[in-house]
Amino acid sequence: MTQAAAISAGTPVPARANSGGNTGDAVFALACRAAGASVLLLLGGIIVSLFIGGLPAFEKFGVEFLWSTEWDPVTEVFGAGVSIYGTVVTAIIAIVLAVPVAFGVAFTLTELAPNWLRRPVGTAVELLAAVPSIIYGMWGFFLIAPIMAEYVQPLAIDTLGEVPGIGFLFQGPPFGTGIFTAALILAIMILPFIAATMRDVFSQVPAVYKESAYGLGCTTWEVMKGVVLPYTRVSVAGGIMLGLGRALGETMAVTFVIGNANRITTTLFGPGNTIASVVALEFGESETGSLKLAALLALGFILFVLSFIVLAISRFLLRSRLKG
Amino acid sequence: MNRRSLLLGTGAVALASRFAHAQGAQITGAGATFPNPVYQKWAEAGKAATGITVNYQSVGSGAGINQIRNRTVDFGASDAPLTVAQLTEANLMQFPAVMGSLVPIVNIPGIEDDQLKLTGEIIAEIYLGKITKWNDQRIVEMNAGLTLPNLAIAPAYRADGSGTTFVWVSYLSAVSPEWKEKVGVGTSVRFPAGTGARGNEGVAGTVKNIRGAIGYVENAYAITNRLVTTQLRNKAGNFVKPTQEAFIAAASNADWTAPGMAASLIDQHGATSWPIVSPTFILLPKNPTDGARSLNVMKFFDWAFKNGATLAQQLEYIPLPATVQTAIRTAWHNEVKVNGQPVWTL
Repeated sequence: MTQAAAISAGTPVPARANSGGNTGDAVFALACRAAGASVLLLLGGIIVSLFIGGLPAFEKFGVEFLWSTEWDPVTEVFGAGVSIYGTVVTAIIAIVLAVPVAFGVAFTLTELAPNWLRRPVGTAVELLAAVPSIIYGMWGFFLIAPIMAEYVQPLAIDTLGEVPGIGFLFQGPPFGTGIFTAALILAIMILPFIAATMRDVFSQVPAVYKESAYGLGCTTWEVMKGVVLPYTRVSVAGGIMLGLGRALGETMAVTFVIGNANRITTTLFGPGNTIASVVALEFGESETGSLKLAALLALGFILFVLSFIVLAISRFLLRSRLKG
Repeated sequence: MNRRSLLLGTGAVALASRFAHAQGAQITGAGATFPNPVYQKWAEAGKAATGITVNYQSVGSGAGINQIRNRTVDFGASDAPLTVAQLTEANLMQFPAVMGSLVPIVNIPGIEDDQLKLTGEIIAEIYLGKITKWNDQRIVEMNAGLTLPNLAIAPAYRADGSGTTFVWVSYLSAVSPEWKEKVGVGTSVRFPAGTGARGNEGVAGTVKNIRGAIGYVENAYAITNRLVTTQLRNKAGNFVKPTQEAFIAAASNADWTAPGMAASLIDQHGATSWPIVSPTFILLPKNPTDGARSLNVMKFFDWAFKNGATLAQQLEYIPLPATVQTAIRTAWHNEVKVNGQPVWTL
């Protein structure tokens, strides 16, 4: 495979290919280039149209739009503060919850599990990524939210809620839905992406490094900590960013369980919203030319920029792996 | 090769002719989700009688208004009536199609269907976050005989912009000056307290999940899902249960002569009136580019007014009174014209 690639890249194209069907080649090349360019055009077009659509909101509210927590469709005062806060907080909590588990999955699959188990477990993790987000949303709303309201949240409120210093994070009525439940569902949704990336980069560590460490008498964990992780840490960080990017833009599942209130609460169990959930919920009732529609498009623009930055960082960190 | 193209050809011709036939009597509409079940039912039942295929998309009132403004559909549908200025600007006419009602739903241990008595003022205070316990003195006073627990009230609302919310907050604004001043009326508003959920099913699910929750849904939804509804005090001071009779009583007391036929059925007079009843509206261009399609829209609703009452009632909607139907036909005749000629002949 690599050999073939090297040959085709290294040697000039044989003359035979040019002798017949010149027109066909030209058309095909043009079609391919057009397809390639259309992606860039599309991406550029989306971001420009989002910005133009959101311009009235930016003009009306200025930079303050970014941190204003007001969202009142009746008096037409809009601010992105609460949704940006909700988007970032749920994504970060999701990462905190998902990364240790993903690491455990990847560690098991590359180092611990017997060979016959690696493939089925690996496939199961990948299948998690294929579950449509509406399914996660319904599952979260009808199954997880009642469990949270009935058991998890009352327990946390009575125990962690009493701890000085961090107690404020675990107070308030146990609604079941809220920031924490949304983050939990998100964590499950991004887990396969992070786990799959980690597994792939772990398995790319040259066997000779690991065997040398084993030869020195290292335990499996010491090999992971001292050889595999240092060798792959940049790529692992890239995989985490990939998960973060996915968490930022998730819409349907979050909308079901986040509680959808435009308030910033200190407690993790309180309701909130995210950029994607606000846009999804309010879009159907926004009239053309209204300030509300402009505010929603402006939100879309902000989310686009946010996701773009995160994914760009991810690509940057993963570049060595993508090349190799 | 030849045979294949021949086959393909005949297939295409057959398809094309079928398509052309279907298109001959096809009308498209878009908008409100609230009347969607009854519009779909009418479309299905009316197809045989009128030969008109109605393609209605319940994309939300706001989106429906957008589409009819851009004339990408034959009719739009909105739960909130447009103002006369809006109608004039977009050159549209508006008429009511059917009415529906909203009911409060609760989840309080030990409280059964239609037992709890509430007033609009108290519901407004609950949604403002000012009454926070079910054993609040004011609720206990009007519910002698019921044991109300010391339980936090969790108000649930529609997080998606919706006509349902519009009707609900219209009611709260009508009965509570404080609500009117602090929150106001819209398809989505800034709710001061509580948690939001998506769609009727989301609100119903939240109320089912959380002990102490209160929410609002369309009556049809409450009935089909066996949700625990409450009594409400109407303008006459009587507590009424959410029944078809109470809805019809409210409808019969409405004043339909308002401009744009935008009758408000919120908090109506009458001893037995249910206080939260609302019509839903259809929007029609006054200057249709295709008179035949516009006429088909009118024919469809004319059929629905004449023959669709039972279907509407089966789905827990309230049909329009006969006088209103007549007024609508007159409005069609007077307002919708192609080249100065009325599309609808009386």
